[in-house]
Amino acid sequence: MTDTAPAVDLAGITKTFGPVTAVDGLSLRIEPGEVVAFLGPNGAGKTTTVDMLLGLARPDAGTVRLFGGTPADAVQLGRVAAVMQTGGLLKDLTVAETVRLTAHFYADARPPAEVLERAGIADIADRLVGKCSGGQQQRLRFALALLPDPDLMVLDEPTTGMDVEGRRDFWQAIRADARSGRTVLFATHYLDEADAYADRIVLLRQGRVVADGTTAEIKNLAAGRVVRATLPGADQAALAALPGVREVEVRGDLVLVHTDDSDTVARHLLTRTTARDLEITSRNLEDAFLALTTDALTATTR
Amino acid sequence: MTLTSSTAAAPRSAADRRPPALGGFSAAVLGIEIRRVLRNRRTLVFILIMPAVFFLLFGLPQRNQYLDNGNPVTGYIMISLAVYAAMVATTSAGAAVATERALGWSRQLRLTPLRPAAYVATKVATAMVLGLLGVLVEFAVGAVSGVRLPAQVWLESGLTAWLGSLVFAALGLFVGYLAPAENVMQFMGPLLAILAMLGGLFVPLDVLPHAMQQIAKFTPVYGVGQLARAPLAGTGMDWAALANLVGWTAFFGLAAARLFRRDTTRV
Repeated sequence: MTDTAPAVDLAGITKTFGPVTAVDGLSLRIEPGEVVAFLGPNGAGKTTTVDMLLGLARPDAGTVRLFGGTPADAVQLGRVAAVMQTGGLLKDLTVAETVRLTAHFYADARPPAEVLERAGIADIADRLVGKCSGGQQQRLRFALALLPDPDLMVLDEPTTGMDVEGRRDFWQAIRADARSGRTVLFATHYLDEADAYADRIVLLRQGRVVADGTTAEIKNLAAGRVVRATLPGADQAALAALPGVREVEVRGDLVLVHTDDSDTVARHLLTRTTARDLEITSRNLEDAFLALTTDALTATTR
Repeated sequence: MTLTSSTAAAPRSAADRRPPALGGFSAAVLGIEIRRVLRNRRTLVFILIMPAVFFLLFGLPQRNQYLDNGNPVTGYIMISLAVYAAMVATTSAGAAVATERALGWSRQLRLTPLRPAAYVATKVATAMVLGLLGVLVEFAVGAVSGVRLPAQVWLESGLTAWLGSLVFAALGLFVGYLAPAENVMQFMGPLLAILAMLGGLFVPLDVLPHAMQQIAKFTPVYGVGQLARAPLAGTGMDWAALANLVGWTAFFGLAAARLFRRDTTRV
C-alpha cells in the first residue's frame, strides 16, 4: 500500500442481481484530494458501486483498490469511512455514547467531543439516538465517519429524506470539515448538490459511466441553446445542416433546434422560413443530466 | 481535470495507521455494552427482579422443608432459579445480535475495524457478566431470606449455574443470527419458560408424568439444572446431565458459528 496509489481504483467492476446488471464493467480512478460526485437517477448503480467500493459487496468481475490495497485493508486502517443511507444506529444509546463506543473500535481515533463539534451535533450529545431526527442521525453517522480521520470519505446519498434546511445544515458540516487532502466521494441524485459541492462529476446510467468531468465540462456536454419556433413543414435536413446544430426535433408544427450557435439558427429561421414565435433558451445542468441519463449517449470527456 | 492544488499531504500519513488490537475487542467496549443492557428496564425486570420475586413467592413458603440429606428445600429452589436467571440473562444478551442486525448496526460495524469475531466475543462476555449478576442476585436474595448452605455448595452450585449458562449464550447467538428481529425476546421469553419447566427449574421433574420426564431429560435446560443442584443434593457427578449440557452447548455453538459465518461472508 503506497501513498502514491490512487485513492480509488475501480477496474471493470460488474455486479448482477439475477437478471439485472446493476453495475456493468465500471472503471474509475479517483486521485487523492478530489471531491467527486456520483450522479445518476435511482437504479443507476450508485449504491451498488459504493457497496463494492467499501467491501460490503463483492464484484462479480473486476477489482476494487483503495490506496493500492483492498477495501478491507483500508477499513482496518481507518483510511476509508462512510456515511450510508439508512439504518445502522442503536436507538438505546445517546449520540455521545454512540461516538464513544465506535471510537473504541479504532486503534487511534479523534476525540469524540471534536467529531461531535465538527458534525454540528455537540448540542444534542446527550439525546437518545431513537429520539433524533433523520437529519440529526445522518450527522451522527457523519461524526462516526470522522473518528478515524479518514483519507477517503464516502457518502451514499447522505441527504435523502432530509428537508431543505436539513440538507443545508448537513452540507455545511461537510464543507466546514473539508480539510485539504481528504478525498470525498458522494453519491447523489440531486444535481444542485453535485454542482455545488463537487469538483468532478461522474455521471452514471445503467451501471456505466456515461460522462466524467468537471461540473463545467458536464454542463458543456449538453451545452448550447435550444431554439424553438412554430414552423409548419419544417425542412429538418436544411436545419440540421446549419453550423453548430446538434439535433433537430419536430413536434407537429413545433421545431426545436439544439445548437451551439443559436444566432445562426435564429437568423436562418426568421429570414429563410416562415417561422414565428421564436424562443431561445439555454440548457442547464438539469438538462445535461436528463440528456445524459435518458438518451443512449455515452460521451466521456476523460 | 484533476485538481492541482488539493494534493497537500494529509495530516496523518498511512504509515501511522494501524488496525486495532484484538480486532477491536476491549474492556471499554464491554463496559459500554454492559451499561447499555443494565439501563434497559425490561431486561432488568426479567433477569434480576423476576427470578428474585419467584423465590420469595415459591421458595419462602417451603422454609421448613428439608431434603433427605438435610439441606433445605429453599436451597434447591434458589439454585434452580439462579440457573433460570442466568439463562434468561445470557440468552437475551446473545439474542441482542438479532436486534442489532435488524437495526443495521452490524452493517455499520462492517465499516469499522471491529472484527466480527471480536463483536461476538463482546456479546458472549456481556452475556456471561449478566449471567453472573443473575446468579449473584438470586443467591443474595436467598441468603438474606435465610437460606443456609455449606460454603462448598454455594460455590460449586453458583459456578455451575453461571458457567453452564454458556449454553444459553450460544442459544441466544444462534437465534440472533437466525432471524433479524427487534423484538426477538418477546417470543424467546415464553420459549425459555417452557424449557425451564422441562428442565426442572420451576418444579421438580418427578411431579411430571413419566413420559414427560423422559423427554425432559433431553431438553437443553435439564443438564445445567441437574449439575447445578448436584452439590446440594449430594448426588455426585451426573454423567447424563453433563452429556446433555456439553451436547447442547456444542449444538447451539456450532449452529451459531455456521450462521455467523454465513452472515459475515454474505457480500
